[in-house]
Amino acid sequence: MKESTFYRKKSYFAPLNLCLSYFFMKRRDFLKRSAGAGLAAGAALSLGGYEKLWPAKMNGLKYDLVAVMGGSPEAMFDLGIQELGGMGTFVQKGQKVLVKPNIGWDRTPEFAANTYPGLVARIIEHCFKAGAKEVYVFDHTCDNWLNCYKNSGIERAAKNAGAKTVPGNSENYYQQKEIPGAIRLKNVKVHELLLETDVFINVPVLKDHNSTRMTSCMKNMMGVVWDRGYWHSNNLNQCIADYALYEKKPALNVIDCFNVMVKHGPQGVSKEDVVQMKSQIITTDWVAGDAAAAKMLGVDIEKIEYIPLAHKMGLGNMKLETLNIQRIKM
Amino acid sequence: MRSPNLRRFRILFSSILLICFILVFIDFKNLIPSKYFNILLSLQFIPSLLKFHDLGTLLSAGFIAVLLLTFISGRTYCSFLCPLGVGQDLNSRIGGKIRKKFRRYGFKRPHTIIRYTLLAATIVVSVVWGVYLLTLLDPYSIFGRFMSHFGEPVVLVINNFLAWVLHKFDVYTFDHITIRGFQLLTYIIPSIFLLLVGLLSLTKGRLYCNMICPVGTLLGLLSKISIFRIRFDESKCTKCGRCSVGCKSSCIDFLQYKVDVSRCVDCFNCVNICPDKALSYGPVRLKKKEHETDLEKRKFIAGSLLLMLGLPQILKGQDKTAPVPKKPSTVKENKTCPVCPPGGRSIEDFNTDCTACSLCISACPNDVLVPSLLQYGVAGMMQPVMDYHRSFCTYNCTKCTEVCPTYALHPLALEAKKLTQLGKVNFIKDNCIVKTEKTACGACSEACPTKAVYMIPYEGNLLIPEVKTDICIGCGHCEYACPTTPYKAIYVDGNAVHAAAKPPENKQSEIESPVEFPF
Repeated sequence: MKESTFYRKKSYFAPLNLCLSYFFMKRRDFLKRSAGAGLAAGAALSLGGYEKLWPAKMNGLKYDLVAVMGGSPEAMFDLGIQELGGMGTFVQKGQKVLVKPNIGWDRTPEFAANTYPGLVARIIEHCFKAGAKEVYVFDHTCDNWLNCYKNSGIERAAKNAGAKTVPGNSENYYQQKEIPGAIRLKNVKVHELLLETDVFINVPVLKDHNSTRMTSCMKNMMGVVWDRGYWHSNNLNQCIADYALYEKKPALNVIDCFNVMVKHGPQGVSKEDVVQMKSQIITTDWVAGDAAAAKMLGVDIEKIEYIPLAHKMGLGNMKLETLNIQRIKM
Repeated sequence: MRSPNLRRFRILFSSILLICFILVFIDFKNLIPSKYFNILLSLQFIPSLLKFHDLGTLLSAGFIAVLLLTFISGRTYCSFLCPLGVGQDLNSRIGGKIRKKFRRYGFKRPHTIIRYTLLAATIVVSVVWGVYLLTLLDPYSIFGRFMSHFGEPVVLVINNFLAWVLHKFDVYTFDHITIRGFQLLTYIIPSIFLLLVGLLSLTKGRLYCNMICPVGTLLGLLSKISIFRIRFDESKCTKCGRCSVGCKSSCIDFLQYKVDVSRCVDCFNCVNICPDKALSYGPVRLKKKEHETDLEKRKFIAGSLLLMLGLPQILKGQDKTAPVPKKPSTVKENKTCPVCPPGGRSIEDFNTDCTACSLCISACPNDVLVPSLLQYGVAGMMQPVMDYHRSFCTYNCTKCTEVCPTYALHPLALEAKKLTQLGKVNFIKDNCIVKTEKTACGACSEACPTKAVYMIPYEGNLLIPEVKTDICIGCGHCEYACPTTPYKAIYVDGNAVHAAAKPPENKQSEIESPVEFPF
């Protein structure tokens, strides 16, 4: 991939950064070397465990998708995850978990521009209860990351729940990976935490989006990569679908539809953009999750181009009528 | 007073002060609240003078306190309160350690012509044109530029090293920060001064303060009538000359029992050095003096004044930054005016109050401020300017307006800042990805905090940006986010005079809360 200059500005300290980044790049090697074969074996084992979960049917889950309505985000998650067999189905003892909410914007929770902090905390608690060794939270934010982490309330909620909040603001945290079979996004720089954790839980918030018309599961992945500018200038919808091909897929997608930004997304202007839908969608199939979310938002699925693209690429099922959906009202 | 504690107190006090100054400049994580910045900076002579000029309130008049202090105690400001002075003392000490010769200063004649010419020129230029020479020569601002240009990168390297080490142990207390620096040419002025001040202080003690610094010269003039000063006890002096050799201002003429108070910075080194206890610090004993007029001095001052007044009109410059092209866009951005930081009110206002200390540049959490080259013209060199190719002005932040010591950036309440229009957005459709590639983008509209950039239907399912300038605040997030190179498809053209943006209007959505699942 040609390096975009979008997020990489000319620097007169380039040689210095290069030296430093060399050290950073080697972190995985360092980990492997220092922790030895035991860690590598453990990681391989856990990777195998996680792959069994994908897709849902093969794992023998009762439902493809669980939708809950009418409670607080925390209560809806408690109920929804129970219907899917509890967090223990997805997180094994001693595993490292990455919980990736949307923390993209420097907005307070009532704007619904970021995932509801209480939900993030509750998911973390479930992970620890299932025996997770460590839970990490991060996002590559659009606004100043310190402000986003702080004002979204997610940093505090996650830390209180025992997770580690990790920065995503520097290119040094990202590693170049290939996506075989991708049409436009053949190479991508992904955050090392995505590579180093055993289980990945995607926790987007459902929002209107100004150009793709909706942001939810797959679109949330723009926060685990470094160069978003490349996506924007190389067919955004195709890039979103291409990324869904990448091997490290979420074990679980929890879509926060409690407060939904229905216009002026993804950042919003004021609280008038928000409608309280008091819902939540939990699924292992993110294409299905996005299709259901589109229905919640009242947008034609065909208009959100990356959903049919991902469906055609066989990355999930957007035909909701063919899925086994559990609908619960509280 | 002959107590050795005088010198000890100075060293302790000035060390703490220097550390505080370094801390406020390298506080890249914004851990120090702005009010502490203000307390620390309130006694800086030039910044508080400019702030007083702007506000006219006694509370902002730290410089009066400095003048009073000087009247009472001599140039203690230079040894106790000036970060550049304290820094030089540190450097002289290092110099003395390297080569003994560097610490054998000895009495020298004052550089009368140079120092008074520079003082006069600074005053005249400041009164007639603006702060241009002050920007260059204000000791606090020079120190600030050292910190932002050379100090901060060093600190960031240390931070990045710590981040790297801790990272291996899965600790994320420190995060890696990319060191970006500024345009190469903006390093020229700080580098020249670093060399000048560094070398002079390394070998000649306080020569910079006594030859070039206009604040030093001005306070020197005042300290000629100060009450407390270094005194000779002629009866005790054995003319050993140690005081003179140890004086970093080279102002003790032990043969004549004279201390040149206009150059003495009250470091109290001589008081400690003198084996005969002949030197002490105390109230002056009144003596009758002969009045002398130095005609040559006056001529020179008059001549240089004329020269300064005759300087040609200062030229306006143009911004010439172009990133490396990826998929080249074709239409050049037409920027007619630089974007000056919030609180500046107008470029003219801002340019006449800013001393380019670059505290705002260091304090900006979003790293959008850079020292200008020629954007404001030659005269405004080094003053901060917004660089929207580098970053953007974050919506919920007023940090730069909080820390500015001169009120070149006036304090703005957050709500007022959100409605201050620094510039206006311009859209170049022919550069836009949606038109050139026929694919969805919307990076600009997504970034816009007020939705002054919004999307309208284009061909097929595509949406294309459209702009509404009256609610635009000129934060530059759209320009920063736009992925086209070398020219952006959307950019902010600065307002020469900051305007008031209309608050964005928003209606409650008509979508109702669902009672049933729509699937």
